[in-house]
Amino acid sequence: MTVAAEPQGLNFECETGNYHTFCPISCVAWLYQKIEDSFFLVIGTKTCGYFLQNAMGVMIFAEPRYAMAELEEGDISAQLNDYEELKRLCLQIKRDRNPSVIVWIGTCTTEIIKMDLEGLAPRLESEIGIPIVTARANGLDYAFTQGEDTVLAAMAARCPEKAPMVEGEKKEKNAIASLLNFGKKKEDIATEESEYVKHPPLVLFGSLPDPVVTNLTLELKKQGIKVSGWLPSKRYTELPVLEEGYYVSGVNPFLSRTATTLMRRRKCKLIGAPFPIGPDGTRAWIEKICSVFNIEPKGLDEREAQIWASVEDYVKLLRGKSVFLMGDNLLEISLARFLIRCGMTCPEIGIPYMDKRYQAAELALLEKTCHEMGVPTPRIVEKPDNYNQIQRIHELHPDLVITGMAHANPLEARGINTKWSVEFTFAQIHGFTNTRDILELVTRPLRRNNNLKDLGWDKLVKEEAKV
Amino acid sequence: MKLAYWMYAGPAHIGTLRVATSFKNVHAIMHAPIGDDYFNVMRSMLERERDFTPVTTSVVDRHVLARGSQEKVVDNITRKDSEEHPDLIVLTPTCTSSILQEDLQNFVERASIEAQADVLLADVNHYRVNELQASDRTLEQIVHYYIDKARKQGNLAESKTEQPSVNIIGISTLGFHNQHDCTELKRLMADLGITVNTVIPEGASVHELKNLPKAWFNLVPYREIGLMAARYLEQEFGTPYIDITPMGVVETARCIRRIQEVINAQGGEVDYEDFINEQTLHVSQAAWFSRSIDCQNLTGKKAVVFGDSTHAAAMTKILAREMGIHVVWAGTYCKYDAEWFKEQVSEYCDELLITDDHTQIADAIARVEPSAIFGTQMERHVGKRLNIPCGVIAAPIHIQNFPIGYKPFLGYEGTNQLVDLIYNSFTLGMEDHLLEIFGGHDTKEVITKGISAGSDLGWNKEAQAELNKVPGFVRGKVKRNTEKFARERGLNEITLEVMYAAKEAVGA
Repeated sequence: MTVAAEPQGLNFECETGNYHTFCPISCVAWLYQKIEDSFFLVIGTKTCGYFLQNAMGVMIFAEPRYAMAELEEGDISAQLNDYEELKRLCLQIKRDRNPSVIVWIGTCTTEIIKMDLEGLAPRLESEIGIPIVTARANGLDYAFTQGEDTVLAAMAARCPEKAPMVEGEKKEKNAIASLLNFGKKKEDIATEESEYVKHPPLVLFGSLPDPVVTNLTLELKKQGIKVSGWLPSKRYTELPVLEEGYYVSGVNPFLSRTATTLMRRRKCKLIGAPFPIGPDGTRAWIEKICSVFNIEPKGLDEREAQIWASVEDYVKLLRGKSVFLMGDNLLEISLARFLIRCGMTCPEIGIPYMDKRYQAAELALLEKTCHEMGVPTPRIVEKPDNYNQIQRIHELHPDLVITGMAHANPLEARGINTKWSVEFTFAQIHGFTNTRDILELVTRPLRRNNNLKDLGWDKLVKEEAKV
Repeated sequence: MKLAYWMYAGPAHIGTLRVATSFKNVHAIMHAPIGDDYFNVMRSMLERERDFTPVTTSVVDRHVLARGSQEKVVDNITRKDSEEHPDLIVLTPTCTSSILQEDLQNFVERASIEAQADVLLADVNHYRVNELQASDRTLEQIVHYYIDKARKQGNLAESKTEQPSVNIIGISTLGFHNQHDCTELKRLMADLGITVNTVIPEGASVHELKNLPKAWFNLVPYREIGLMAARYLEQEFGTPYIDITPMGVVETARCIRRIQEVINAQGGEVDYEDFINEQTLHVSQAAWFSRSIDCQNLTGKKAVVFGDSTHAAAMTKILAREMGIHVVWAGTYCKYDAEWFKEQVSEYCDELLITDDHTQIADAIARVEPSAIFGTQMERHVGKRLNIPCGVIAAPIHIQNFPIGYKPFLGYEGTNQLVDLIYNSFTLGMEDHLLEIFGGHDTKEVITKGISAGSDLGWNKEAQAELNKVPGFVRGKVKRNTEKFARERGLNEITLEVMYAAKEAVGA
């Protein structure tokens, strides 16, 4: 059955939701590094702590700016007062680390015992004098990268509403620009401003490593587009101004709550574009932003062609091969679209959660890519069932399975190539420049095979898994 | 509430899962939210397991919160039963499900009517016990269940084997060097002429459990897992158990002498004294090492020890009694077993430290400034920060503590491994110290640094800042490649654009 409203040809399914993924509290791992003056307090149990400790490996030893508020039996049975307990811990954090913001991460346990974190935070905030942002990144509702979404959605509420006016420059129209240029000479500002086309302020959202932020900002600058700010920025104290009517655009596919919050609460206009992953995605992203601002994009054709030419040695390895994405981090649609453009086929895309509105442009590009490359459209399986998927993998025998670590070694032992999906979350994969990095990851198992071929060691289990 | 950055023992369900998945053909179903199945990742990564970890989740989500699990848990159990045909399914509660207070026992009863497999609810309280206590309890629970079942079916093995035999109890998945220890213990038993009746839980089938009473005695090598099961078997069948960890020369001998006693008390006539003598003097190198000049140099050196009860106690005794090392303090994070630990090590160290707060341990290390630390991965990192070498002797552990090469801690080969571990930790420290005194190996200043030495190219401010963000270990390469790229194109200033262009062109 085809539904006319949906992108024609794409086939959406939903399974049991019994799949392996990281708990969304893992977002503290990259967010505390990104937001340098923050402290993340995960309010949960030993189970949460054990996960963080093991998932983050060596990071734990680097005096991280995060900790567990470990709930004890007295907290569960409400013998202890939540407010007093949290106050005690937050004061300790203030004394030891003096952060500019404390982010409370609510967990499954705080949900079940209905601890009113959103209610407690403003009271405690005014009492201890440090902003407290509450994000409910729990495993009851969310998967892995969606944790970042809940944190950024909460942060969006904290972005300043009006750019503060700088003394003597009050007449200047673009107040945010003057803020950013504070301290520079008038002439410098003038020349800098002339490099940009006049357009309404644009704020990008999504946490990316600083080098990628610089890179994407520069990419837009080439088109004369000025990025007024990023959510999140390097420091909490530097959160971007969000006035009504500002334009916003997401750089990652898992940020639907943040997008909704920016539209509904902050009255921003969302530029729905494919995500800048792979040269095709980056180009489509820039083109879409340009089109909204009525800018004729320059030199993107050559740019994209140049990138493709420079990675031909890797793309050659992928052409004609098939890839199966089991689904755990919501990057799946964009990755599959890029890999199909590289010449791969893709029978199945598993994904924890599919926001068809937020990802509309990405889904349309996926479909277009399939048609242009002459390959069948993949089935998109929301809330996949890992057991069923493994049966399908045994039937299909794909050349590559992108999956979590729980399945990677067992599949390898059965002669199926795998790439650990979590690496895509931590590697730099955005923009033209990082195309090679994605391909480096994707082709690694295939290159390993080329090195080890003829050894006859590809099946290393005694009996096949029972079906 | 407790502010915590690090924990030594995991949550209770990890212990249950370790025991359940150690058995062959036992499947565990966790009643947990998405993401709590991190155990599968650990087993697959740390143990480099070739098979799928037999753990699935009966997912607790919003619907379950609103309406209860209803049919979900039962359906998941029967589904797994028909898919994998396990002998036993263990329903495992997590911290989340313990607050929900659903009647999981009821689900288990309903599911066991339909399922071919036996179904059990792991009986552990999340807020009262940790990973180690839970594993001990789960093992006892499973043993108990199958003994009862065999008794009902009338196929319980009651008579002892003809020759002396042993059950080795407590070897489990994700245990510190457990696989190697198991091999070493089997070898030791073979040398002593003792048949191994069963090893549980690792690699055992639940069908073997009815044969447990056949053994003459039970050996529990680790303090943390197996004691409850051994006590249960003693109470039911009068099977004596030995809980002396054969780690270190003296303790191994003590363990063997105790085995001799137990066997002779049941009518065996064994004398292991010659064996102990031969092994101690000529097979294990540890006794000879303690006489050698190398070890003499360690006399009176300061060390601290921290870990689980088993390993920390054994290590303390080895250092003090067998090598003459001064153990300033010894500690364990097994707070629930503090009495035993005190009794074991009091005479071998100056001070005891019973805590699971890693900052307190780090402070105690800094205060003492030992020449070497023997602890967990956490203490290894403290050592790194303070420039003190550390030998890892207990969990929590990383992938490098699951070596592929044969590295037991127990038995006579274990004593050899320990000598290496201890000696290497101390010499490394000594070498470092000497280097410091003499100002390094090579005191002549280096004039050229090869191809990466100074360049004629200017890096502008932004590009330089960007370069500094590149992780140290690849920065040199990025710099070289970018400069090469710029030189080839006749550019004399490196800007951000040039950097990115270089990355795109040559992967700099």
